[in-house]
This record gives sequence, C-alpha cells and structure tokens, in this order.
Amino acid sequence: MSFLSYLINGISLGSIYAIIALGYTMVYGIARMLNFAHGDIIMVGGFAIFTAVSTMGLPPLIGILIGVVVCTVLGVVIETIAYRPLRGASSLAVLITAIGVSYLLQNIALLVFGSNARQFTSVVNVPSLKLAGGQLSVSGVTLVTIATCIIIMVALTTFIKKTKIGQAMLAVSEDKGAATLMGINVNRTIAITFAIGSALAAVAGALLCSTYPSLTPYTGSMPGIKAFVAAVFGGIGSIPGALIGGVILGVIENLSKAYISSQLSDAIVFAVLIVVLLVRPTGILGKKINEKV
Amino acid sequence: MKKLITLGLTAAMIASLTACGGNGGDSGSTTAAAGGETTTAAAGSAETTAAADNQGTAEGAFKIGVIGPLTGGAAAYGNAVKNGADLAVKEINAAGGAAGYMLEVNPQDDEHDAQKSVNAYNTLKDWGAQMIVGSTTSGPCIAVAAETANDNMFQITPSGSAVECVGPENVFRVCFSDPDQGMAAAKYIGENKLATTVAIIYDSSTEYSSGIREAFMKEAGNQGLEIVADEAFTADTATDFSVQLDKAKEANAELVFLPIYYQEASIILKQASDKEFAPIFFGVDGMDGILSVKNFDTSLAEGVMLLTPFSSTEESSQKFTSDYVAAYGEEPNQFAADSYDAVYALKAAIEKSGVTPDMDASAICDALKTAMTEISIDGLTGANMSWNAAGEPDKEPKAAKIVNGAYEMQ
Repeated sequence: MSFLSYLINGISLGSIYAIIALGYTMVYGIARMLNFAHGDIIMVGGFAIFTAVSTMGLPPLIGILIGVVVCTVLGVVIETIAYRPLRGASSLAVLITAIGVSYLLQNIALLVFGSNARQFTSVVNVPSLKLAGGQLSVSGVTLVTIATCIIIMVALTTFIKKTKIGQAMLAVSEDKGAATLMGINVNRTIAITFAIGSALAAVAGALLCSTYPSLTPYTGSMPGIKAFVAAVFGGIGSIPGALIGGVILGVIENLSKAYISSQLSDAIVFAVLIVVLLVRPTGILGKKINEKV
Repeated sequence: MKKLITLGLTAAMIASLTACGGNGGDSGSTTAAAGGETTTAAAGSAETTAAADNQGTAEGAFKIGVIGPLTGGAAAYGNAVKNGADLAVKEINAAGGAAGYMLEVNPQDDEHDAQKSVNAYNTLKDWGAQMIVGSTTSGPCIAVAAETANDNMFQITPSGSAVECVGPENVFRVCFSDPDQGMAAAKYIGENKLATTVAIIYDSSTEYSSGIREAFMKEAGNQGLEIVADEAFTADTATDFSVQLDKAKEANAELVFLPIYYQEASIILKQASDKEFAPIFFGVDGMDGILSVKNFDTSLAEGVMLLTPFSSTEESSQKFTSDYVAAYGEEPNQFAADSYDAVYALKAAIEKSGVTPDMDASAICDALKTAMTEISIDGLTGANMSWNAAGEPDKEPKAAKIVNGAYEMQ
C-alpha cells in the first residue's frame, strides 16, 4: 500500500515535470534552441496568477487566463528582442542569451515582488480521489495535472500534424532555408511556437504553484532544470517523449527518496539520466536523424 | 530601416540588462544610503539630547558594520537583524551613547551567501568599521569569522548558530549554538513527555539543520525517544515533502521534529494537512517567522511548538515590540531581538573596557574580547546573559506554542 502511495506521489511530481517539459520540447523541436528562460516564464505566470487571484480577488479561471495572456506576450517579446537577432548566430550564442534572459526575469521579479515567499492559494478546486477505502488518496491537483498533460499532448500533436501552421512548424524545424524557399514565414512561425510554449508555461505555472504552494522569484528555476532533464530523457523534440520522460523522472525521484535515501535522490535521478543517454543517446522516444552530407 | 529597428531593440536590451546588472550594486548602495540616513537621523536626535543634557563628548563615533541577507530566501532574518540593530543604536544614541560616544551602523546585504558575506565585510572595512554585528546566517558567518580573525576585528553574531561561527576567539554570539538547540529540543520533548516516537525532516544542505539534527539524535536516546523516521531534503528539492511525510505517517510518528527554516516548514505544514497527517510539529528558532509568510493560512500552524528565546507578546518585550512595530511596520521576530541584544552587549562591553572610537579596530577587539566575558545584561532573549571566553552565551531556552496565530510561552 505504501508503495502505491509513493508511486502516486511520483506520478504527481512527474506530471508537473512533464507539463513543463512539453514547453521545452516544443520550442526545441521547432526552433532548435534550448529556451532556458522557460522555467522563469513559469514563475512570471505564477506571479501573474497570484496577483490576479489573491491580490485582486478575481476568480481562478480568469486568473489563469490572465497568466496565459501575460506569458504569451512575454514569450513573443523575448523571442523578438533577444532571440530573433541571433537567428543566424551559433547555437552557443543563443544558449547564453537564454541563460541571460532567465537571470533577467528572476531579477526583475526580485525587484518587483521582493524575495519573501508567498503562499500560493490553489487555483484548482477538485476534491481528492480516495482509493482502497480511503487508505490511498490522489489529490485533485494531481488528477487535473495528469489530465491537462494528456490533453495538451494530444492537442499539440494534432495541431502540428493537421493544421497549416503546424505543418509550417515541422518544415521550419527540418530546414529553415528550404522552408523560406517554400514561402513559409520562418520568423512568424517561430514566434507562434514561442507563443504556444509560453502559454503552456502559464498553465504549468498554475499547476506547479497549486501543487507546491510556495512562490518566489526562483520558483521556476529548479523545476525548469528538472523538466529539461525530463525532456532530454524522453527524447528532446518529441512531444509524447516529454510526457513519458517527466513521469518516469518523477517516479524514479520519489521511489529513490522512499527506498534508497532521501539525501541521494537527486544524485540517483541524474545517474539514471547518464545511463539512459549512454544506451540511447537520443532519449527514450528520440528519433535518430541521419545527416545527409 | 530594419537594421535601425534591430539596433534600437538591441540598445533597449542592453539598457535593460545594465539596469538589471546595476541592481545588485544598487541595492547595496541604497541600503548603505538608507543606513546612512538612519544614522544621521539617529545622530541628529542624539545631538539634541546631548546638547540638552549637556552630557556625552560625542567626539567621533564607533562604526558598527551589520551583515545579513537583506534580499533572497532568508531576507526576513537579515532585515530583522538590520532593524533590531538600528532600533538599539537609535535608543542608545538618544540616551547619550555608549560611554558618551555615538554609534553608527552600516547594514550590508549578503544574500545568505558566504562569498557575498565576505564581500560585504570588505565593504564595511573600507567604510572604517570597528566592530561587526553579523553575519546573520551560519554559513556566511563562518566565512566572515575567518576573515575577522585574520584582521582581529571584534565580531558578535546575533544568530549564527553553527558551532564554527564562534570558532575564532574574537567572535561571540547571542543565540544558542546548533548542538545546544538540538539537545535542548530533545530534552524538552522528553521531559514534557510530548511524544515517544519522533520523525525528523531536515535540510541536509545547510549546516544549521544538519547540526541541530545530529545533537538531537544523540540526546534523543537519553530521553527515551525513538526516532522512527529520519528524512532529508536539500535546497533543490525543498518543494515536495510528500514522501518524507508519508514515511513519518507510516511509522506512526507522534511528533515531527523540524530543525529547518520557516519557508520550507510552511510548505510541510500545508502538505501534511492535505494528507490529513496531524502529529505535533516541533521546530527550533528557524521556525520563527512562519506567521509572517505572505498569504500563509496561519491556522495550519495552530499547535506548532518551537524553541525560541523571544516572544513579542511577553511582558518584558512589550516596549521593544511596540517601538519596533512603530518604526518598521511589522512584528519583531527573534532575529530582531537577538540583534537588539547584540548591540546592547556591545554597548556594555564598550563601557566596561573603556575603548574609544579613535583606537584602531584591533586594539578595540583585544579590549572587547576580555570585557565580553565580564559583562552581564538583561536582554530580550534572556535575563542575566553572560558570555564565556569561547563566545557562547549562558541563558535558558524557552518553548512557545502557536495558539490562535500568536506565540504562547510554555
């Protein structure tokens, strides 16, 4: 029974990683860049929702909507100002810029909101699910997170496969030059990618802060890194991979905390990552792309 | 045209970046400026007092550096220490100073980071500091203590509780040491028969938390307490405590000992209530501050016990509390009281030793070191506090219980 309870906690943690990882993997898969500021966009989303719901007293759904709008605008602005001018530059330059943006967001939040932690009031009001005569309980936030994860995953996959913009995204990810020749507006496509990725970040922020209710300017950074690991784990660029990677990561983390050592759990998680990458360098669902010379 | 826009955007980006880069420095200088302002204000009021009473020579002033995290996760402690010292200095100056000399304070931010704390100390040395009140937190305090020992600069930490904080003989402290707290906690639980099965959840990434846990474990055996779960987390995993709580619950722990800071504790209390797990939660001085977490549902903290040498509701601290609230707009916590006591201890030691502001820091340090072991003050955090040559205070630990959102002394 206790094993099941640890497993459920692990899936709960993992589904949070997964929802963040979806944003990472989406941007990487299409723009081919690691947006290290993703975790901090989540934090901004958290603060936007906190301000709307707890400070201004708006209903949770409107709060989430405001968070989504704020993050979407922020994502597009960051892309236009910081990443677009570097489109032709080396990927290292873009990576460093992303890290810079991450610190920029953290420090602005520190200035505006201060360093003291805020207790986030949950925006998810779903009763917890009791199993096995009340011995096991799955919190409402976890159920919502898992459901949201699956919905987003299916929606994203359909969007990319079925719509014109989605097809354009695929084309851009395969070859920017050729896509331009085919009449695709690369800048606009990448901007849309960032808009979607950042909107997902706002949703992730709402769920992250509802599950772990402490909100500080650094709230997004560690989950952001773990989610990045989850995305690599599942095969970066693969949307179902992000979900699987996130959940596996959360389960490994919690089971090693429970059965091996609560001090070593992070070490074990990253050790498993190394092993997976040694055996399957592209991650669990990653595709091997043969470069034509 | 396009180039122009790009150029404009780049310029905007650089401007915002420099603005941001400047912030780190800025907050330091604003703090310093703020410190300067308060000092002038204090000195101003002191001058009028001195003029009116025609006492105090006021030739020169002792320069006291204060170090603590004014920003970052532990900012509540640093700001409390800064305000506590500020209040004490204002009072002392208004009453004619220490041995007739004014006191000047200069608070510096260390963001709860050892390296930045040493930088803050260097800034204070450039300013001409003659004694240090700080650092506020243990890790940074150990780093600064090594530096002050080199320079032979007198240092008193309000709240650096790790054993090594007072390693060098020029360093004293106001709070209890970690092992003392751990031992006192185990004794208190044992003697008052609060529980027989105890779970511990501690932060293995801080010296503070690990130090208390170690001493607690040692003493627990003597008190007949059974440790049924001993779970750790680190600064990087400080948001999810479900496994630790599950293990404690499963092991039927009657009491969960939390030798950690209030920020994590507030999350633990929330997650425990979600799990309908309601043991006695027992904290130490790091738990102090939990009632001031923004938007925190204080009913979650109902019944939480903690060892704290200070309560703002106690009769002996009424005047301090009301003055503090009037000046800084919030209830003082234990760190403010520690820091207030530290400044008064400095005053007593200055008066005992007869040092003057024109002496250099090293000579002042030699004199104060001896004087500290000879004084005894009635502070907010203990009556009849005295110090031994090792820098440890001698006072009684007290326990408080949170009832209706306020501390009730036990």
